[in-house]
Amino acid sequence: MNRARVEKFYYLMKLGREFELKAKEHYMLGDIAGFLHLDIGQEAVSVGTMQAFDKGDVFTHYREHVLALARGMDPKIVMAELFGKKTGVSKGKGGSMHLFDPKLDFYGGDAIVAGHLPIAVGCAYARKLQGEKAGVFAIFGDGASNAGAFFESINIASAWKLPIMFFAENNYYAIGTHISWVSPFVDLVEKAKNYMPTFTCDGMDVCDVYNTVTQAKEIIENGLGPVFIEAKTYRYEGHSMSDAGKYRSEEEMEIFKRKDPIENLKKKAIELNLVDEKYFRELDAKVEYVINEAVEFAASSPEPEIEELWEDLFCKECENVIP
Amino acid sequence: MLYRSALNRAIDECMGADESVVILGEDVGRYGGSYRVSEGLISKYGEKRVIDTPIAELSIVGNAIGMAIAGLRPIAEIMTVNFSLLAMDQIINHAAKLRYMSGGKMTIPMVVRMPGGVSRQLAAQHSESYETLYSSVPGLIVLTASNATYAYHGLKWAIKSNDPVIFLEHELLYPMDMEFKEIQDFDPFRAEIVKEGRDLTILTYLKMRYDVIEAQKELKKFGIDAEIIDLNSLRPLDIETIAKSIKKTKKCVIVEEDHKTGGMGAEVVAQIMEECFYDLDAPVLRIAGEDVPIPYNRKLELASIPTPDKIVDKILKWKAENGI
Ligand SMILES: Cc1ncc(C[n+]2csc(CCOP(=O)(O)OP(=O)(O)O)c2C)c(N)n1
Ligand SMILES: [Mg+2]
Repeated sequence: MNRARVEKFYYLMKLGREFELKAKEHYMLGDIAGFLHLDIGQEAVSVGTMQAFDKGDVFTHYREHVLALARGMDPKIVMAELFGKKTGVSKGKGGSMHLFDPKLDFYGGDAIVAGHLPIAVGCAYARKLQGEKAGVFAIFGDGASNAGAFFESINIASAWKLPIMFFAENNYYAIGTHISWVSPFVDLVEKAKNYMPTFTCDGMDVCDVYNTVTQAKEIIENGLGPVFIEAKTYRYEGHSMSDAGKYRSEEEMEIFKRKDPIENLKKKAIELNLVDEKYFRELDAKVEYVINEAVEFAASSPEPEIEELWEDLFCKECENVIP
Repeated sequence: MLYRSALNRAIDECMGADESVVILGEDVGRYGGSYRVSEGLISKYGEKRVIDTPIAELSIVGNAIGMAIAGLRPIAEIMTVNFSLLAMDQIINHAAKLRYMSGGKMTIPMVVRMPGGVSRQLAAQHSESYETLYSSVPGLIVLTASNATYAYHGLKWAIKSNDPVIFLEHELLYPMDMEFKEIQDFDPFRAEIVKEGRDLTILTYLKMRYDVIEAQKELKKFGIDAEIIDLNSLRPLDIETIAKSIKKTKKCVIVEEDHKTGGMGAEVVAQIMEECFYDLDAPVLRIAGEDVPIPYNRKLELASIPTPDKIVDKILKWKAENGI
């Protein structure tokens, strides 16, 4: 851990958290609607992975704002997307669950559980064919690890030695279903260890996530095939804004809140004398400024025009031919 | 009665009366169901009969088929029709064909229940109405429940039926408080004449029923007395009731939420052409969802499906154009 790293990690995690809190606020105000899945509590996973896996392609599911921000997506266009505005990263057509930016090699934002995994595997096949070393990063939840598409994906990736990192974000719950009720394993590495090298890390500790991804990605870069990483983490909020999350106990929540990724990084950095309190206050102020700017941008942006309803279905050549 | 309570009551009564009835799906047990349809069932019937499954739609339906073969009466709940695409192989290649392929030896008493349609800004992967994917399949019965009365009686009938039934619900209907009637001689395949009228037949189903009722109040101000028919059953289609109404009104409109191309209206119009072409004074008007995935933005979302205003406008325009 060094000062530069602390700054990057802290800034991005705080940015993620404040972004989510603002999104929640504006959901209540009616500026944001639909399914809004917050990442609060899980910031270390989003930030640690994206900082370490800084090249290559990224495929993710619907709980993805912080991952997108950590990948470098501008908070303004993410917030504008949540507001359903024309200036949003998906022009207001996708919303919270569907953030895409090929310029960042960020390919969504898929809301069919595990639906992005075979796609990520296909991308990894292409990268191997193209001689690209960085490979593909695919993140998914404990719930997704029970889907057929997951098992097909680890099998194919392993059989063909594809350059892909499967990252299981185990927050124990798929909506209201605990992983232990529907899987013989609570430790998801058990599902993959006969197929590829597996790693575990503490999903509440950004440094551990970062270090583990850094270590594991060497295997991919050396052309040795896929890897699987599991991080245990916890979402502080319900599954989405439509879920109160009543199926979880206060005690369980407390255990994880005590390990809060942002607070703990701060404490550790101060203990190690890398920085002082004031330093974090400055970063907080910067975050506040950036988030307010994002909300202002989103709120003042125009809505899409009705004509846009029929746009973007096909590429240019077909757009005018097919009604 | 709440729409969702009508469904709950149907399942509850069937589970109470028949031990072979089980329900399985994502979050149906301890959570009480995403839309609270299975609320309270697990405490009453236990986790062996109210089964929380992993996120594995293909297996939910496949397992249900196996349970049915073994003599249970499974109700498979798929969280929404959007995810039923993952189960389509089991539904179409297996559930719909096993009886026929076996020369009538196999029996699959199974219900697949699922809601669909545009709720509110859930975007493209959570807003589809895929009824024609199922209503075009021989070997399936496809019912839609637009109201508490049909929800209760239709679902009870479906659970007791010895054939695979696709039972379609709508996400916006669950919390709605509705009038409820006990029906003695319930026929799941009968369309319902929601409102009698002389001038025009409007066919609809599921949530569009309510948009049509709204639209009809407006049409009345233009002196148009519309007859509203809720199809209820999409396969088989009650063409008899439809044809009888058209004989009277000579004009027909179908209002549906799914995409226009290959949507339910396409099949309905084709059957009308075959049955009562010469009774019509004008081409049938289809008012349907646009042929695009459903966008997130609210303005675009509403532009992508019929609304009461649009229904009125389109009917008035169509009448003027056809001089009827
Ligand atoms: C194929 C499919 N089935 C069901 C759903 C409904 N659904 C959305 S998220 C979710 C739970 C996923 O849990 P997990 O993979 O653990 O991710 P988390 O939400 O915990 O981040 C479910 C069941 C869906 N979107 N897609
Ligand atoms: Mg989870």
